[in-house]
Amino acid sequence: MSICHALASGMGGIKTAGDLVARMQLRKMRLAEAKRYVADALGVGVRDLTDSTVMRALREELDIGVITAVPGSAKGIEAKLRIADLLGVPINSVERLRERASGSL
Amino acid sequence: MATILTRMGDGHSVELTPDQLRREVVEGSEDAARRARIPALDENEVDYLVDLFAYPGRITGVERGREVVLTKDGCANTLYSGQMSSGVGIPLAREQGVRIFERAFCFDTMEVAHPDYSFKPAKPLIALERTTMEQALLDTIVPLFYGAMPNMGLYFRPDGPYRNPADLLPKGLIAEARETQVGAAAALRDDMVMVGTEMAAAGADGIDFDTTASAGDAEFLATLEAIERLADTTDLAIEVGMATELVLGFHGELEYKGTRLAGLWPHQQVKVVEQAGAHIFGPVATTRTDRTAPWNVARATTFVRECSRVAEIPVHANVGMGVGGISMAEVQPSDVATRAGAALVEIGGADGL
Repeated sequence: MSICHALASGMGGIKTAGDLVARMQLRKMRLAEAKRYVADALGVGVRDLTDSTVMRALREELDIGVITAVPGSAKGIEAKLRIADLLGVPINSVERLRERASGSL
Repeated sequence: MATILTRMGDGHSVELTPDQLRREVVEGSEDAARRARIPALDENEVDYLVDLFAYPGRITGVERGREVVLTKDGCANTLYSGQMSSGVGIPLAREQGVRIFERAFCFDTMEVAHPDYSFKPAKPLIALERTTMEQALLDTIVPLFYGAMPNMGLYFRPDGPYRNPADLLPKGLIAEARETQVGAAAALRDDMVMVGTEMAAAGADGIDFDTTASAGDAEFLATLEAIERLADTTDLAIEVGMATELVLGFHGELEYKGTRLAGLWPHQQVKVVEQAGAHIFGPVATTRTDRTAPWNVARATTFVRECSRVAEIPVHANVGMGVGGISMAEVQPSDVATRAGAALVEIGGADGL
């Protein structure tokens, strides 16, 4: 059933910009505002946010994590570090890594 | 006359004439409108739902560009758990399951959760839960919640230490039943705050309170108080998914900041959840198995539409088994699931599912 909802209604996660829009909803933005915010941050139109053809290339260019397993591309927390900077929002796990790594880098 | 193939709320197939289909949609909406004292769907909205269910394709969805954010309950238990969670029993670690949902199923967010999906059993294993969250956060890109059900029933005998109100109420011991619920609610609140605090320390993006108010207004109050404390002391995003459309008054007199909790409908529930400091609200409408899918979806859409209209935070309509118009069936018919989701987004105005 989860797959039904993902196919029928979901934004597409890291295949597109779903994770990015979700991060803005975690800051209480309603959908339209969250989509607008992310579109502006990425320099694309709102409709492009769920276009996998546009977003696959853009995510690789910005190195914020892509859906396929590409050697050398940002993965996991590496991608989140870059997403936090791109969106201008704190991400808890990124902040935790920065605290724990301070003095080591 | 051509008939339309759809389903009952329990998933069994049924054929309707076009007139019957329209009547089901109208009556389902009117049921919600009458109970919650909210507007029923208008003619255009009814037309949309009629067309949605009359469409002969097996699956359908929202229009391109209208997609919404998905949040999840139960971690990846549909993969590794058993029949009790509609799971298919694939032996996977939770970290693997989370990555499958991120990369193969393309979910927008995910959650880590205990297979016994309640706060009470998760609390003694908090070290394991936190370790799993910490590891998953290193490997994933999507926002990660920690999810669990308040499930205050576990605090009552025989499962917990508090006297069971279900034993007390039939004896007319109302004061005693209220007292034990207040006691259990305090214990539940403290457990939820403890788990949330640990997850915040792990770096989790959020916490999901699922099936909130399943044990009624006292459980709802415990959750609201836990939300307040976590919102004040952590950076967690807080999602609240309800148990059903009406908060049941097993206590009956509990209030949150002047609002009596018993009897609240989704458009009222979202306001107290906002007051407490939550970030995402998940309204629920329970599926009636004796009514058709169009009836149930129209009813759910009517509740969600009013909730979305008044909400100031994102609304993620619950579309799990038996809620949101989804069939009450162990194995979900895709035709109903995709239509329910589309209706709740396109007409209900949901920001997510």
